[in-house]
Amino acid sequence: MDALTIPPVDLGLIAPLLVVVTWATGLLLVDTFFIPVGRKKLTGYLAIAGLVVAGLVGLPLWGVSGSTFGGMVRLDPFALTLTWVFLLIGILSITMSLDYLPRQDIEQGEYYPLIMFAVSGMILLAQGADLIVLFLGIETLSITLYILTGFAYPRLTSEEAAMKYLVLGAFAAGFFVYGIALIFGATGSTRLSEIGAYAADRDLGDTNLTLLLGGAAMVLIAFSFKAALAPFHMWIPDVYQGSPTPVAAFMSVGTKGGALAALVRLLFEALPTLNAYWLPVLAGLTALTMVVGNLGAIAQMDVKRMLAYSSIGHAGYVMLGVMVAGEQRGPEAFIFYILVYALSNLGAFAVLIALEHQGEEAWQLDDFAGLYQRQPLLAVAMAIFMFSLAGVPPTAGFMAKFYALTAAWEGGLPWLALVGVLTSAIAAFFYLRVIIRMFMTEPEGEPAPELNRGLTIDIVVAAAGTIIIGLIPAPIFALVERSAVALGG
Amino acid sequence: MLNAVPLPAVLTLAAALFCIGLFGALSRRNLIGVLMGVELMLNAVNINLVAFWRYFEARYITGQTFAIFIIAVAAAEAAVGLAMVIAVYRHYVTVQADEIDRLRG
Repeated sequence: MDALTIPPVDLGLIAPLLVVVTWATGLLLVDTFFIPVGRKKLTGYLAIAGLVVAGLVGLPLWGVSGSTFGGMVRLDPFALTLTWVFLLIGILSITMSLDYLPRQDIEQGEYYPLIMFAVSGMILLAQGADLIVLFLGIETLSITLYILTGFAYPRLTSEEAAMKYLVLGAFAAGFFVYGIALIFGATGSTRLSEIGAYAADRDLGDTNLTLLLGGAAMVLIAFSFKAALAPFHMWIPDVYQGSPTPVAAFMSVGTKGGALAALVRLLFEALPTLNAYWLPVLAGLTALTMVVGNLGAIAQMDVKRMLAYSSIGHAGYVMLGVMVAGEQRGPEAFIFYILVYALSNLGAFAVLIALEHQGEEAWQLDDFAGLYQRQPLLAVAMAIFMFSLAGVPPTAGFMAKFYALTAAWEGGLPWLALVGVLTSAIAAFFYLRVIIRMFMTEPEGEPAPELNRGLTIDIVVAAAGTIIIGLIPAPIFALVERSAVALGG
Repeated sequence: MLNAVPLPAVLTLAAALFCIGLFGALSRRNLIGVLMGVELMLNAVNINLVAFWRYFEARYITGQTFAIFIIAVAAAEAAVGLAMVIAVYRHYVTVQADEIDRLRG
């Protein structure tokens, strides 16, 4: 065995990640020793500051491409833009938690650093160029989410959701690492680029290639589970319903963004030559996901569960971009969709939080009845989010869906684009149902929803973003176009 | 010495262990049993990694380091999992998975 040589490390390339992780670690200590109980909001403000600093640190890295840690971690515009999107998701989630936690009597300082750790896992997934790094990223994200899901202890539903999530998540992790072990056995490497080079050299009859395919299949199962693709979506509705609402919001956009960013890299750096095998499988899963998610949402009278099913459906639309990421349009559509979905969905969950009072859940469709008479602005905001999730112009959701469907159409999957259009039409039904309840029915004497500063900021930012991106998408288009250039299989 | 046990035998052992873990995780009603099954699955992977490393790629340390990473992650997962089992037990006074079913729909 050769002597162990430490490869040169360029910490500049992981600066945003480094800031998030060190800030979160420091914040845990600061929270424990310096921030008194009852003033834990301060921890939340500090966490937001940390995420903002991480975003600013990333600014000078724009346009830089390079890898470090012996090629295990990569920075390119694709990863950097996703990093910013993930930081934004983290910031919005923390903002909506600031008032939610004390109102639910579950305020604990470590909540905010945990969100930061989860964000760091997502960034690692966007930057990872090695299966080991992807594994660590996924587990950092998942383990923190298990804890966050159960954060509403001693509420029973929260504990139960956490337990279910953990058991199934650990199960998926088992598949993930077994797949990696097989890939390692077949190719002798865990580096994505080396696996790609190895697969490109082999003929299809090769035994090692069979081993590689088996491993890849198991890894794909694990990714489908994390990103909630049907038929690995069973846990989603229960876990979302049971977990604290801001955590469900964070999870719905965070896990999708992180896991699918890693999947883009895996598919187009390690397995591009094998796409004859994975493309039909993933296309089938995507079609099934769109159908199952949108049909499942119709039956839900509970808006939180409805949003859980809708998040399954949206995973399918995001996948449209992922599968054709070899073309220029694919990664563009992916980043754009994640950003828009994050804004609309976090906004919708923020409205749910405004309606939620301590000890009682106001997520039934009937609780939305006549919201317009009680809180006109809140109802208008919710309508904007519902229109955006349904993909109605002029909201950003329309642009995102249009982008994803175009990418799939141009990328050689026209039938899948058609499935996407049809399921969107179905989806319009249950999103519009919420709007009709809010505007066209009489209120049923519910107490007025509580709006406070954090939530208001959240809802305003999300609604403004949704509308502005819908009306003037050009700057964002330019950003995602430049982010996707470097990738292209 | 190296070839005292052929590689396929080691891989079969790992695959068998993985399947036993899988079966345990799927069939056990007891949550602790489920976690033990998952633990077996992860350890089967470690055998695989170390075997591949020993037989093929002794020049690189990837297999070994990855095994250590998995051990660390598995420990973290078990810690969180067992803490949650305790939290669940305090309320439901049971660790049988099918008796914990408030979320439905």
